[in-house]
Amino acid sequence: MSNNPIKPKDRVKIPRQGMPEQDPARRAHNFEEVNLGLPEELAKTEATRCLECKKPVCAHGCPVGVKVREFVDLVLSQDYRAAAAKMREDNVLPAITGRVCPQEDQCEGSCVLGKKFEPLAIGYLERFIADWEAESGEVGLPPRAPATGKKVACVGSGPAALTAAGDLVQKGHDVTVFEALHEIGGVLVYGIPEFRLPKDIVRRDVDNMRKMGVKFETNVVVGQTLTIDELMNDEGFDAIFVATGAGLPRFLRIPGENLNGVYSANEFLSRVNLMKAYRFPDYDQPIYDCRDKTVAVIGGGNTALDSIRTALRLGAKKTFMIYRRSEKEMPGRAEEIHHARDEGVEIQTLTHPVEFLGNDKGWLTGARCIRMELGEPDDSGRRRPVPVEGSDFEIPLDVVIIAVGTGPNPLVQSTTPDLATNKWGYIEANETSLRTSKKGVFAGGDIVTGAATVILAMGAGRTAAASIHEYLTTGVWELPEKPAQEASA
Amino acid sequence: MCPAAGLWCHLAHFLLQRSLMYLIHEARFLAPDVKLFRIEAPRVARKRRAGQFVILRVHDQGERIPITIADSDAERGDITIVVQGIGKTTKLLNSLETGDSILDVVGPLGKPSEVEDFGTAVVIGGGVGAAIAYPTAVALKNAGNRVISILGGRNRELVVLEDEIRAASDEVIVTTDDGSYGQKGLVTDALQKLIDGGVKIDYVLAIGPIPMMRAVAETTRPHGIRTVVSLNSIMIDGTGMCGGCRVSIDGKSEFACVDGPEFDAHRVDFDVMRNRNAMYRGQETEALDRFMADPESELARVPGHRCRLEDAEVEG
Repeated sequence: MSNNPIKPKDRVKIPRQGMPEQDPARRAHNFEEVNLGLPEELAKTEATRCLECKKPVCAHGCPVGVKVREFVDLVLSQDYRAAAAKMREDNVLPAITGRVCPQEDQCEGSCVLGKKFEPLAIGYLERFIADWEAESGEVGLPPRAPATGKKVACVGSGPAALTAAGDLVQKGHDVTVFEALHEIGGVLVYGIPEFRLPKDIVRRDVDNMRKMGVKFETNVVVGQTLTIDELMNDEGFDAIFVATGAGLPRFLRIPGENLNGVYSANEFLSRVNLMKAYRFPDYDQPIYDCRDKTVAVIGGGNTALDSIRTALRLGAKKTFMIYRRSEKEMPGRAEEIHHARDEGVEIQTLTHPVEFLGNDKGWLTGARCIRMELGEPDDSGRRRPVPVEGSDFEIPLDVVIIAVGTGPNPLVQSTTPDLATNKWGYIEANETSLRTSKKGVFAGGDIVTGAATVILAMGAGRTAAASIHEYLTTGVWELPEKPAQEASA
Repeated sequence: MCPAAGLWCHLAHFLLQRSLMYLIHEARFLAPDVKLFRIEAPRVARKRRAGQFVILRVHDQGERIPITIADSDAERGDITIVVQGIGKTTKLLNSLETGDSILDVVGPLGKPSEVEDFGTAVVIGGGVGAAIAYPTAVALKNAGNRVISILGGRNRELVVLEDEIRAASDEVIVTTDDGSYGQKGLVTDALQKLIDGGVKIDYVLAIGPIPMMRAVAETTRPHGIRTVVSLNSIMIDGTGMCGGCRVSIDGKSEFACVDGPEFDAHRVDFDVMRNRNAMYRGQETEALDRFMADPESELARVPGHRCRLEDAEVEG
């Protein structure tokens, strides 16, 4: 049954295999991937560490329930194609999640090995399989059920929508993904930088979904080009999954925010990732020339880290991360904070800007900041930052990137009057069925929960797909008993 | 490679791309550097209303630029835009012809113009701004307004869409900076004359260069005349995602793409608008210089664009 040649008591003696990384001094100046991927020998060695638990808790730790034990066993038998197909049954974006998932909190965080030793490097193995597919040109596609004749539209093409589309197409439905931008992938292509997730890899997972039968339409802004009602009534969709994400940038509302050189993280990252401004003038979209400049990002999350590490790669001489709480409260992944530091980013905690300063031509010259100290915990459970009186000081800056969170894009909601939203503008959906107030319409991912992670959005995509499949098979639309969001209001 | 295989390859590539692209049904110059395009975009054509815009990207290394929709025909499934060749992308666009294609067109974006029966509406178009003002002039006329249009240009050649605007107006005043056509002077001179002449104006729409829109706002402000301008900010997505197009309205940031593009002229901070639109001046000049030095290699990137030279070689 098992392909593992090593006895369990010997498996724990094998150390966790390390991920080869590009040298920090070199990578700080290029957009190539930081993590290089496990070579086959290391992957095989790592796979032998799996204890093959009878009750694999790793799969429960995964928001989409990837059958880890099974795919790891297929790695051991060196049937990588079958391993890929097994993975794709639960996760149609293996090349992506193998790179951007916070595995330490999920599958690897649940791994039994981790109680006494280092957990199995599940993320590295997942990436290994996806990279093997790309190199070999082979693709492990799961079987597809006979056509049901039902049409489903996914609105948005981020991780939630792609996951739902992948699941639904396997169940035999006719699935079309509508995207507002010219490129499929949502936050995966406009938000996450090349050095963490190369865009060719997103394209590869999307192409594999095309092979599975998913249709994609770019340049369609649902809410503007077409409404939800038009999709249902004119274009004949039987069910719609709204997964438009939390794409609206939040600003600080302090003086000087409209100065030239002040960017939202969304704009800064979109210019570089989606529009490839780092390759200007071969690509047309420009970005502020950061070479030898001083750049600061405001915020402490993964988007802030992505932004400042991008600025570094654009040639910034000095890079600051300005965060109002202490490092302990920083929402960014530990691995990324560590990467940023290695690359030379200076992290200024307990600091917050109160004004951006500019010259008479409207260009940013610096920021006036204050120091903070931590007070009592706030609603989020983290200690609230309190300004220290008279602690004002100025930092000279050429570019500021604001990465303090995002809100819901209102375009779908404002053109779909019978789609209920909460007071922040997020769509109300039943927690377990993801059904909204409008018959046939489901919603999930950041547009329901607020900004979260790629894999949580994928989890919502899976839940939605199951619920949509149930609705399309039974025809029963039970009204949600209790909208999920209301309680927290 | 044999020529036949080359041709076949071309054709296959062409057909594959064609279904995903936006075909140019018609392209003709209205004035030097000002070109009108009718582009196949059935969904946009069905949906668009006066005042809305599209974002387009000419080829896969191109930038995304917003352009107001001048007209549309839902039955034919096409939209009309008028492009003034100023920077690299607009000049590249203006070198495309009937039968060429544009890689990406998305829209309609932005809020439609607010159209109601105001009474007497003055529609002011400076240069190519006339093309942007035109659909709203039509809508205002259809809503029952008495429409007075003021068309301005540096010289006679730069006064565009005059016939179309005449058909939608009760009265048309043309001004040119050099006096080569119509009244000599600025659009604001003509507007001031109307006000001084006792014409009761209920609504003004002004579209054109920033200094012109600012001047119109200052002309109408003392008289409390409701005045609207259409702001052409720098944008990427056009759906509210990047915030790059933010404008200052009564000191508060709003997004031109989703809150606009039309705003109350008396509340707009035109200094912020001017500064932000100048943000990439250096790069824009660099890109334009590169394009002007070698337009052919850039045109070769346009999907489906067939170089005359290639045709000649295949035939030969």
